[in-house]
Order: sequence, then C-alpha cells, then structure tokens
Amino acid sequence: MIKQNVIKAALAGTVLATAMAANARDYISIVGSSTVYPFSTVVAERLGRTAGVPTPTVESTGTGGGMKLFCDGVGSSTADITNASRRIKASEFEMCKSNGVTEIIEVLVGYDGIVLANSNKSDRINLSRKDIFLALAKQVPNPDGSETLVDNPYKTWKDLNPALPAANIEVLGPPPTSGTRDAFAELALEGGCKSFGFIKAMKKTDKNQYKTICHTVREDGAYVEAGENDNLIVQKLEKNPDSFGVFGFSFLDQNSDKVQGSMIEGFEPTFESIADKSYSVSRPLYFYVKKAHVGVVPGIQEYINEFTSNKAWGDEGYLSEKGMIPLAADVRQDIGGSARNLQVMNGEDL
Amino acid sequence: MTDKKNISELVAAGLAKRYRREKMFRFWGILSIVFSVLCLVVLFTDIITKGSGAFQQTYIQIDITYDPDILELYDPLDGKQFALANFDGVIRQSLQQRFPDVQGRRDKRELKKLVSLDAAFVVAERLKDQPSLLGKSESLWVLADDDIDTYYKSLDDREGPFTGRTTEKTQGWVQELVDRGEIELRFNREFFVRGDSREPELAGIWGAVKGSFFTLLVTLVLSFPIGVAAALYLEEFAPKNKWTDLIEVNINNLAAVPSIIFGLLGLAIFINFFQMPRSVPLLGGLVLTLMTLPTIIISSRAAIKAVPPSIREAAWGIGASPMQVALHHVLPLAMPGMLTGSIIGMAQALGETAPLLMIGMVAFIVDTPSSITDPATVLPVQIFLWSDSPERAFVEKTSAAIMVLLGFLIIMNTLAVWLRKRLEKRW
Repeated sequence: MIKQNVIKAALAGTVLATAMAANARDYISIVGSSTVYPFSTVVAERLGRTAGVPTPTVESTGTGGGMKLFCDGVGSSTADITNASRRIKASEFEMCKSNGVTEIIEVLVGYDGIVLANSNKSDRINLSRKDIFLALAKQVPNPDGSETLVDNPYKTWKDLNPALPAANIEVLGPPPTSGTRDAFAELALEGGCKSFGFIKAMKKTDKNQYKTICHTVREDGAYVEAGENDNLIVQKLEKNPDSFGVFGFSFLDQNSDKVQGSMIEGFEPTFESIADKSYSVSRPLYFYVKKAHVGVVPGIQEYINEFTSNKAWGDEGYLSEKGMIPLAADVRQDIGGSARNLQVMNGEDL
Repeated sequence: MTDKKNISELVAAGLAKRYRREKMFRFWGILSIVFSVLCLVVLFTDIITKGSGAFQQTYIQIDITYDPDILELYDPLDGKQFALANFDGVIRQSLQQRFPDVQGRRDKRELKKLVSLDAAFVVAERLKDQPSLLGKSESLWVLADDDIDTYYKSLDDREGPFTGRTTEKTQGWVQELVDRGEIELRFNREFFVRGDSREPELAGIWGAVKGSFFTLLVTLVLSFPIGVAAALYLEEFAPKNKWTDLIEVNINNLAAVPSIIFGLLGLAIFINFFQMPRSVPLLGGLVLTLMTLPTIIISSRAAIKAVPPSIREAAWGIGASPMQVALHHVLPLAMPGMLTGSIIGMAQALGETAPLLMIGMVAFIVDTPSSITDPATVLPVQIFLWSDSPERAFVEKTSAAIMVLLGFLIIMNTLAVWLRKRLEKRW
C-alpha cells in the first residue's frame, strides 16, 4: 500500500514537472536591483489591476544578480526584465550576447539620491564629498600636506574639518554586496577622492590603485556594516543621535519625522535638488527588457507603456510619490518614445 | 567501629553543604526557565503591541455621485466604455464637495490622497454589480490611505500623533472628518483575504498563507511516504553492513546541512536542468522535501526502534511474512512517533526562507495562487519583504504577519503533542 503510494507520488511529481517545463509562462518575471524594486513593484501591481494581464512577479536580486539571471538565455525559465541601479556593463552586454540575448531595450526611468542622515534630535551638518572621503576611506592623504597616504587617523568629525561637530565618526551603512554601497563609494567617496590632485593623477598611471584608494572603506569601526535592512539603520540612528546612516532617498522621505539628510556641498537632499543634479550623490535607475520575449510572454508591452506613462514616471506621478526622482520632461519624452517602440540598444557607448 | 563512626560523622558534617548545593542546582534551573520566559514575554509583547494595530484599518465615508458626465460612461453595460471610465474623477469630485474651500492644484492633489487608490476600484465594482446606480448618489465607506491610517491610529498616542508625511492641511481635514464622525476604525478584513501589495492598506496575508499551504502540501505528499518507506526498509529489512552504515551517516549529516545549500541544489537541478519555472510552490515543495526528508527518516527510525521486539516475534510466531510484520504490526505502532516527527519537520519547513531565496520565491507576488504551479510566496518570506519596505504602515503589518505565522506554528506543534499523547502506546 505505502509503497504503491510512494510510486504514485513520485510518478505524479515527475509528470507534473515535465508538463510544466513544456508550458509557457503567462506572467512577466522581473528580477534585479533592490533600489528599483519599490518602483517596479508599484508599476507591476497597477498593471495587474488595470491591464487584464496577470500581475508580474518581481524579485529583488541586486543589480549584478539580476543581470546574470537576465542574460542566462532566451526562454520561459529566464527573466523578461531586469532592474538596475547603474547602467549595464560592457562585460554584461557581451555575456548576454553570447547567450543569445542579442536584442535588449534599455529604459532610463529616473534617479535615486543617496543620503547621509542623522537623527532629528541633533543638528543638520553640511559636508563636502571631500569630508566624506576623509571620514570614511581606509587610507587618506597625510594631514601634514605631503603627497603620501596614511591609515585614516581621524577620530572625530572636527579633526578633519574644524567647522564640523566634535562627535566621534560613526557611520552605519550597507555591506559591500549592496548596490547602494557601490554607488555611495563611486559618487561620494570617489568624488571626494578626486579633489586631491596627486590621487587624481594616479587614475591615468595606475587605475587599479586609484580605485582601491578611492573605494576602500575603513575597517577600524568608524564605518559599521548594518546589513541591507535600511529600517534597522533608521532605528539605530534614533537611539544614537551622534551617528550617521547611509541609505536611499526614499527611506529618508518616509522617515522624515525621525531622521534628516545632511547637506552635501550646501544642498539638502530634496526632490528638486536631486532632479536638477545640484545634490551630487545621486544615481540613475534603469530597467532592461528582453525583446525576444515581447509578444511571447503577455503584458511586456503594457508594462513598458505603464512605466513610461506620465501618471507613473511624470513629475507628479505615483512613482515620485514612492520616492523616485523623475527625469526632465523632454528626456522623458525621448526615452519613453523609443522604449514604447521597442528600440534596442547597440551597446557601442558602454 | 571507629571507622564507621567517622564515616557517619563525615556524612553528617557534609550534609549541610550537600543540601545547599542541591538548592543551588534547583535555583539555577528555575533561574534559566524564568530567563527564557522573560525573553519570550518581551518578544511577544513587542510583537503584539506593534502588530495589534494592523487588525484594524481606517475607513472614510464619502458621498459618491455616479455622474455619467464625469465618468464619461453612458452605458454601464458596454464593457469597453466601462474599462475607460474615469472612476478617479468621481472620487475627486466627491472629496471636493466635502471640502469645498480647498483650492489650488497642489492642495487638491493632497485632498485626493486622503483615500486609498482602491476607492476607485470599489466604486467601479459597485457600478458593475448595479448598473442602475448610474446618475444616482450613495454614501460609501472606503479605505483611507496608509499615511492617514497611521496618523489616525496614533492620534491618542502619549508622545503625540505620528505625522509622517501628512501635512498640517491634511491633519486639519482628518480632524474635520473625526468631528463629523466620517472616519472610523474597522476590523481589517482585507488583511486576511488579499495578497501582497505595495499600498500598505491593501496588503494582505492570504496570498502568502495559500502559498505556504501549497508548498507544504507538496512537501508532505512527497516527503512523508518517501521518508517512512526509507526508514522502514533501513530498520526492518536492510542488512547491517558498511553500506547501510554509510547511508546512515549521510542521512544524519544531511539533517545538519544549512538549508541554503538545498536551495542551491534546487536551483541547479530543478531550474537549470529540468527547466522548471521559478517562484512556484511545486518547486518550493520539492526543495523543502529534500530538506525535511532527513528529519522525517531519523524520527521515523527512532519510532520503529521503539516498537518492542516481542511484537515482531509474536507475529513471526503465528506465521506472518516479513512484509506483513512490518506493515500490519510495526508500522501502525510506530505511526504516532512518525507523525510527530513529520509535523515537527513540516513546522520547520513552514518557517524556512533561505532555500526559497535561490528559487525565486522571495518575490513580490500580488495574485493569490490557486494551484501548485502559480507563482507564490510563503509566510516567512512575506514577513521579510514587509520588514524591508520603506512605508511606515508596513511596520505593524510585519508584526501582524509574525503573529499569524506564530499561530500556525503553535497549532502544528500542539497537534504534534496531542497526537503523541493520544495515540502513543505504553509498554
């Protein structure tokens, strides 16, 4: 009896598995960046409610992980769309090509700001990217002015810039696996790093070392890796008013009663300052569509249309309400038009 | 003689110390229990105080006029016209009539944000059910937006209300609604009947509950028969040699392997090799089967071992074949232990997220699954996704979802205890 059941169950399992493999998927599968995830999911949900197609599934795999899944090939077991908080890399484009994913539609959807925030209970401070670099890099230029590097000697903010408070440097931020961390290193740390002439000169002679100096974060306890959970960082900032946290603008927007964004080069992180790029630490958000799947998996065209409609990504669209910084109106028109016409990217300018 | 006296004196002298040690030992035991209970109480009070709010949701009363001119809908039975009808428009108009002194584009937009975007869908449903309502008016209770919901719930807080993203104007409107009795808290039915959503007021647990159900169903259907058959063969029939020893070591080893490894295995075998789609309960069930099988086999073997040999000998004595001994006598007697082991294995599988990460079940999925081949997510994953969402209203949803998960775990573990008490035979 039992044995018969076992055989039956095993058989049923195998039959189901093969039957499913043959079946085409009828819902869109979206993977990629955790930064674009909150926006992508909103679009997916609205699409499911209004367009009469099944709601797409959205996975938050990180930009790099998403590219890997997306470029895995063509067919119903691979993703249709991947979100990215940076542009696709030439190497990823090549990987896609070699796996048969030759036609990719690129859509720039908006911007996200990265903020350095502290509790509302303390004062708002004004930093430059140079201050951020000096506070957080593993190696910094020797304070005596000679063109050599020393292990970061700064203990308090006042040590590196007399205008800043005398509190100890303590910054909570995401771990190296996070796209937010990549962007923070590239935009804030490297931005400050470049302000030193001799390091900037290194970019031409020894690119690897330049990158190591500019992107390596100190490991002596001043920078605390707080995991990918931004809510946790906000909670910790509330408990310790002297510490700072690094996260995306949308979290700042939602928790403005608890934390405030520090000014960078005199600009507070707001919708306006990020959109007009006066707030320097911001990054572009993209999604990439596999053209071979359009028309095969139902709803992809509708998804593109919904995402690039004014009620979604417009100045007062529902995505801006979720914290995405919209593109300028004329840029939206250009990008939206070519996206809806499924224009593929050629990858020459990567 | 003197020796004996010395010994009893020695014993008497040491007695006080021994009693003291005995007391200390019990005291440490009680202390550790008190400590564990305290931790549990802290955890539960934290979850319950944070999550209890999620079982109620704020509703706002609005007077809707189904004005054909605003709707741009003149024949409600015409499907095409109906799909394009401007239901947002009638909501906007209704709110404008309620607060006639609101002027300016910005303020009007703020005003529209009092109610959830779901309101338009509710109104559309009403009209679809009763086309005769066109041109008439009625008053409806619709869901408030999540910002309003959080603000309204915190109005009586000791530290003052949580304003969040609401502006002073919005707070004024809410006050007006409160004064007129047009805003109230109701039991949050939506939470138990809906799937996930990015709008906290529309997010529900039902999709995840069903996903967990389908996943566990697949796990149970596969792992219980396979596990029991394996245990029965290994205990009753297999010869004792180095091969069976090797198998035993491997099973015990697998039970201790971190669950993420099973996820990787699932990704490599089921997705990459068998080309199964990601995110479906069938796939999740297969991976969790791999994970729970060792647990079930080990507990089933223990249950079989506990059946006294006299039972087998008696059966052999009256001429039963080895298969009859195993199926008619050993298996029924070992069943309570096997069931308990399986339920505990299932409870473990219910709380698992790591292996599902690799196979795409950690995903945003709105539609509730209706079969094992629909994309789905599971309860612990839902908790993880909500805890990571920026919207403030998800904090209470997270705790509420934890309560639901804990409820299911308590039910399963109680069932295991009850089954053991009820069915277990004592020798």
